[in-house]
Amino acid sequence: MNLELALPILIPLLSGALSLALWRSVRYQRILAVLATALLLAASVWLVRSTMEEGFLVMEMGSWPAPFSIVFVSDILSAIMIVLTGIIGLAIAVYSLASTPSGHEKFGYYPLMHLLLAGVAGSFLTGDIFNLFVWFEVMLLASFALLTLGGERAQMEGAIKYVTLNLFSSAIFLSAVGLLYGTVGTLNMADIAQKVATLEDPGMVTVISMMFMVSFGIKAAAFPLFFWLPASYHTPQVAVSALFAGLLTKVGVYALYRVFTLIFTQDVEYTHTILLWAAALTMLTGVLGAAAQFEFRRILSFHIVSQIGYMILGLALFTPLAIIGGVFYIMHHIIVKTNLFLVSGITYRLLGSYELKDLGGLYKDRPMLALLFLIPALSLAGIPPLSGFFAKFVVIRAGLEAEAYVVTGIALLVGLLTLYSMIKIWAEVFWKKAPEHVESLGALRSEVKRGHKWAYYVPVVGLAACTLYIGLNGQPIYELAEMAADQLMTPELYIEAVLGGAQQ
Amino acid sequence: MESLMAYVVGILFAAAIYMMLRRSIVKLVIGLMILSNAANLLIFVVSGMTRGAPPLLPAGAEAPASAIADPLPQALILTAIVIAFGVLAFAVVLIRRAYEVVGTDDLDQMKDTDT
Repeated sequence: MNLELALPILIPLLSGALSLALWRSVRYQRILAVLATALLLAASVWLVRSTMEEGFLVMEMGSWPAPFSIVFVSDILSAIMIVLTGIIGLAIAVYSLASTPSGHEKFGYYPLMHLLLAGVAGSFLTGDIFNLFVWFEVMLLASFALLTLGGERAQMEGAIKYVTLNLFSSAIFLSAVGLLYGTVGTLNMADIAQKVATLEDPGMVTVISMMFMVSFGIKAAAFPLFFWLPASYHTPQVAVSALFAGLLTKVGVYALYRVFTLIFTQDVEYTHTILLWAAALTMLTGVLGAAAQFEFRRILSFHIVSQIGYMILGLALFTPLAIIGGVFYIMHHIIVKTNLFLVSGITYRLLGSYELKDLGGLYKDRPMLALLFLIPALSLAGIPPLSGFFAKFVVIRAGLEAEAYVVTGIALLVGLLTLYSMIKIWAEVFWKKAPEHVESLGALRSEVKRGHKWAYYVPVVGLAACTLYIGLNGQPIYELAEMAADQLMTPELYIEAVLGGAQQ
Repeated sequence: MESLMAYVVGILFAAAIYMMLRRSIVKLVIGLMILSNAANLLIFVVSGMTRGAPPLLPAGAEAPASAIADPLPQALILTAIVIAFGVLAFAVVLIRRAYEVVGTDDLDQMKDTDT
């Protein structure tokens, strides 16, 4: 019984239930939200420490032996993702204290946030493919409700696209799980991996792997099925946007990493080549889409798409160095992207708009905020010495070593175009003179809660500090990614860890 | 029986996709409902259909005497049905609310958030 393995799921589930019980008292819900996410972060640090000691942590539900029970498995990659969930959860909980309109808080914002975190944590930890589907749905349902909380027209239109494509992706996922079960007769991922390797006719498995690729590709917002993301992520209130931007698509990426390193390695030549081109086109379309946008959050949404491409690129090259790069990229990206959305929320509070043409002059009035924007923005573009530089550096170096020159060239070009987008925001929001029709700073101040100013800045400063830490002290983070990649590239270890217990 | 069911699953998927591609949001939700049922039926068919052999053991027996139906796919389908029910209930509320806010059920009119 490994308590640290259960805690990252139990804490948000229990606190979700508890905050439902505290429905009438928003005040206690808020305290609970911060406490629970702080606990989640502490538990996740515990998890990553003991995972690093032991390599794998496995827990069998109901003490049934491994292939028959639902297992929860933590390897280094899962543990890293859980830590990131904890960091983002805490940042969003604190930020929500200030930014969430009280109407949203009264209608279950906090319970939904906890449930979303539970779904995300469950997806990262489960070692059972059908259970992964269940956690996906937990996460999706919470995200549907969070996305539509408030009920404005844009939210409804965005939600219809978001709901439809995600349900479609779930249906493909479910069908693929069914077909896989029909082929190998098991649902435990380690057991599937073992049985797939001994299958005589891998053709059917390749077909199934393509279904998984499409399904997770939709969830990760990879080319060509990414358009639900920029159509919906800029519609909810900003803390929700930031939470989605940080975590949700990365669950899809994580699932791709899991199944395409553990299970579907029977025809790497075929599957990973498709992934490679999907990655290249994802990067390119995302960044070009962003270049055409003039709305703060919409630019950032398109950049999520383009950055997903780098992560998939790491997986698609399928060399140890590339996987290291991909994992490093995920760590860097989640923090940076959430932070950028949080900064956009602060500018919205100050000037009352997300449209670049209505923003301006912030450098003069809020130089520190400009600096706080600049750290994640330049990190996103990959300027040394920030975290994004090392993430991009490793991925691109892996691309050159694998002699995938075209894709590497695209990755470099996309980095440049990212810088263009970030400079566009910088010039429009911070440098340009404030437009005539913008009356004064704090025009919206009466509409949002007074006080709580610290709650806007603490998460942003904290996440910026994380970015700086990863950038200036990259070695331990790199080593962590290296350990994760080692485990991913030798799936035998995972299979041994999960099924080995059954034979003892 | 299996091949007949395979056709049924195929037709259900085709019908679902067709409905989802229509312009009305009501038809979109009907498409999603059919889609989830198609996926459930697919699980049922591919995991092997066994006639008249329930997975029950007589008292005292340790293992079944002959081949029995696999109970696991049914458990999977049951779970999937429950999830689909919850999600579709949300989708129905969503389209009603969207209809109220936007004032039309035509998907082509809902392009405010697109580029």
